[in-house]
Amino acid sequence: MDWGDWLSNSQNILFVVIALLMVAAAVRVVTSPNVVHAALMLVLALGGSAALFLMLGAEFVAWALVLVYIGAVIVLFLFGIMITRAPTGRDPVRLDHERRWPAALVALATFATLASASVAAFEDEAIEGGVSSTGDLGDVLFSRFVIPFEAVSFVLLAALIGGIVLARKDPG
Amino acid sequence: MTRYFHDYITVAVFAGVGILLVGVALGMSAMLRPKNPSATKRQTYECGIDPVGTGFSQTHVRYYIFALLFLIFDVEAVFIFPWAIQLESLGAFALVEMVIFLVILLAGLVYAIRKGVLRWES
Repeated sequence: MDWGDWLSNSQNILFVVIALLMVAAAVRVVTSPNVVHAALMLVLALGGSAALFLMLGAEFVAWALVLVYIGAVIVLFLFGIMITRAPTGRDPVRLDHERRWPAALVALATFATLASASVAAFEDEAIEGGVSSTGDLGDVLFSRFVIPFEAVSFVLLAALIGGIVLARKDPG
Repeated sequence: MTRYFHDYITVAVFAGVGILLVGVALGMSAMLRPKNPSATKRQTYECGIDPVGTGFSQTHVRYYIFALLFLIFDVEAVFIFPWAIQLESLGAFALVEMVIFLVILLAGLVYAIRKGVLRWES
């Protein structure tokens, strides 16, 4: 592969920019001394992955990521942080850990495994018959995957009740 | 596929122009206005009660349950989008399926209300 050719494609340049932004944000997530800043950097990293999904034409996945992860999961994180560890302004607990290098090694090994597995499985062949547009997704969701779809509502119900039971202390 | 990218380029251009517009308006006023900062001006609210403590403060634990409920119903909303787009072609079957889906989740909301987690007691 010729790098000059590769970079002459505007999509590839956009990919490099987004990927570098995501890597920088992800590094800040683990190195930031302030846990709130770490959560906000996670927003940036997730936004970058949503942008990558958009570039792949997976519109629905991208916006679901923005809605659910950036819109709700990070909010839950921030509330969790603000409830538990914010009494004194600056973060009182050190976010570092003495086993950071083994952890970094495990993270790197996980990345290498995932990357080599997906390259070995797909290389650069295009996936045929993939469902990407929101409309197509609606079609398969209500034909082939109706039962899983209804099962999802039970999973969500269980998560909702479980969350309430765990988060709330019952009187008596 | 080309149309898809064209649509998003339109969105990107509009977003860029919007950012530029705000940037130019604020930048111009920053260049034109006189600048003499004081401690009072840097406060969050120039008038009213002085803020106490820092912005980084503890919130009430009750907000957590609201965020949790919001997360669940956000995931539910994500499933409604593909349904809403294809509803006309899918017809009554999809409508019934979605009603079942919503009723099951509504049971969770009823549970939350009956448990009293949505009541704000101090």
